[in-house]
Amino acid sequence: MGSNLLILIYLLASITFIIGLKMLSHPARARRGNLIAAAGMTAAIAGTIFLYKDENGNALHNYAWIFGGLLIGGTIGTIAARKVKMTAMPEMVSMFNGMGGACAALISVVEFGHLMHGLQSAPGLTVIDAAFQSGLRQHLLIIVAGLVIGSISFAGSMVAWAKLNGKIKDFVFKGQHLFNIALLLIILFMSVYLIGWLPAGGVSLFYIILGLSLIYGVFFVMPIGGADMPVVISLLNSFTGVAAACAGFLYDNIAMLTGGILVGAAGTLLTILMCKAMNRSLLNVLIGSFGAGNKSTGGIKEHGNYKEISLSDAAMIMNYAHKIIIVPGYGLAVAQAQHSCHELEKVLEAKGVEVTYAIHPVAGRMPGHMNVLLAEADVSYDKLQEMEQANEAFPATDVALVLGANDVVNPAAKTDPSSPIYGMPILDVELARAVIVNKRSMKPGYAGIENDLFFRPKTSMLFGDAKKVLQDLIGELKAL
Amino acid sequence: MEAILSFISQHQQMIYIVILMIFVGIEVIGHVPAVLHTPLMSGANAIHGVVIIGAIIVMGQAPKDNYPALVLGFLAVILGTLNVVGGFVVTDRMLEMFGGKRKSPKEEIRNSK
Repeated sequence: MGSNLLILIYLLASITFIIGLKMLSHPARARRGNLIAAAGMTAAIAGTIFLYKDENGNALHNYAWIFGGLLIGGTIGTIAARKVKMTAMPEMVSMFNGMGGACAALISVVEFGHLMHGLQSAPGLTVIDAAFQSGLRQHLLIIVAGLVIGSISFAGSMVAWAKLNGKIKDFVFKGQHLFNIALLLIILFMSVYLIGWLPAGGVSLFYIILGLSLIYGVFFVMPIGGADMPVVISLLNSFTGVAAACAGFLYDNIAMLTGGILVGAAGTLLTILMCKAMNRSLLNVLIGSFGAGNKSTGGIKEHGNYKEISLSDAAMIMNYAHKIIIVPGYGLAVAQAQHSCHELEKVLEAKGVEVTYAIHPVAGRMPGHMNVLLAEADVSYDKLQEMEQANEAFPATDVALVLGANDVVNPAAKTDPSSPIYGMPILDVELARAVIVNKRSMKPGYAGIENDLFFRPKTSMLFGDAKKVLQDLIGELKAL
Repeated sequence: MEAILSFISQHQQMIYIVILMIFVGIEVIGHVPAVLHTPLMSGANAIHGVVIIGAIIVMGQAPKDNYPALVLGFLAVILGTLNVVGGFVVTDRMLEMFGGKRKSPKEEIRNSK
């Protein structure tokens, strides 16, 4: 009765995961979808604790440990998730993703220990029959797969977290890609050797594979920087999904399998969609690293002078405009200027100016980062335009106000084949009658590339912290 | 070859589930508008936290005298819970803000009148 009930619970949980993801695709129903998936997850966890029985019909024990772990993890998780600032959301997701990966890797470590323990106590180790051996190999294959994928995901997510946090910088050395590929091949080779030949030193080999996977995770994410970070987080997200599915295979657990594969497939598709938005292949993102290594390409070119604009002039231009498109970027998020931005929008609209926002798919540090940020400030949905829409609207626009965005408006992506972002679709702010760019300084953006846009005749620079500049602009506009 | 065939026949159901779920995952995500990408990623992140079930099983089966297994299992439960709880709460927080914006256009109309 108990285990049949558990099967039903797992079935329902799997359905809630699918429905939850489905509902997340509708703004109005998204929140309910998330809650439904959470309810399914809660039921699955509770069901596992109280109803799970192993092959011999034994229930689980160590309840104190289980509830202790749930309590500690739940408390820390809730507090961390409640306290995190909107700007730090991407890091947080990356961090939680890493926790999931580590969890999957730990499960593999413990299960491997069980397996080895079982082998040692089995009599006549050398004359194991073929059926037993093939069963063992299958078991080991899943354990090792979970270990490798889980630990790569953990190490990679931690690096992504630290990078977004600004704790570590891009780090590239010559031949790093070859080194990475070699490392991955060594891991694969060792895994095949371990599973196929079951060598005597299997236990230490297992831990070497664990160590190498962690190192690979670090080196995998290290050279990838700037505009590509969202893609990496999404990819690691799907890795963890696959690692969870491996654990599901291990325990013949349908809920884990469906949940894991669902996220693995969805995450992979999301990754590909994001690559498409940048007009690049996934391989190109992973191999052709942005940042430090490519810095030399932009610097050689001679730039003209840039033009600075005063606050009052900027306010004047905007006051007499008919249509303004705001292009938000990471700078807006850093300055926490989303509320000021919304206020500016309201002030302008009160003066009869039409204001919309142009959202580049990879603006910020995560897909949809800008949408979340602006939603926090109560900016209405229908004011957010996607790239294609916005590019059609720019020619009829008086002012394009670029707030802390850089790479997504860099014309080099269209004109300069030597640029590392060549081929990425950009927002054609230049088509507008005037471009006002707010930045803190002339320093290049996260991808480390000079931006020609700032030196074009139509462009005027408005230096300063986005929040302060916007508030001053609002002040000026109200005085006019 | 024999081994692969027997693997497939032994795990038939699992393999079917994997293949079907790949299609379901792709189908479900295919219609998500770009505005919801961040919450979606976060929501998917919470769902793969289902790995917690494995951690609970590991913990619950660990022999009382096997301290490495107990400690590792305990750690796995904590990390898995972090993933699940943190993931769902963060997603809810993001979506809460999306829900909030629904009121604002109406309010603005009211204010302007």
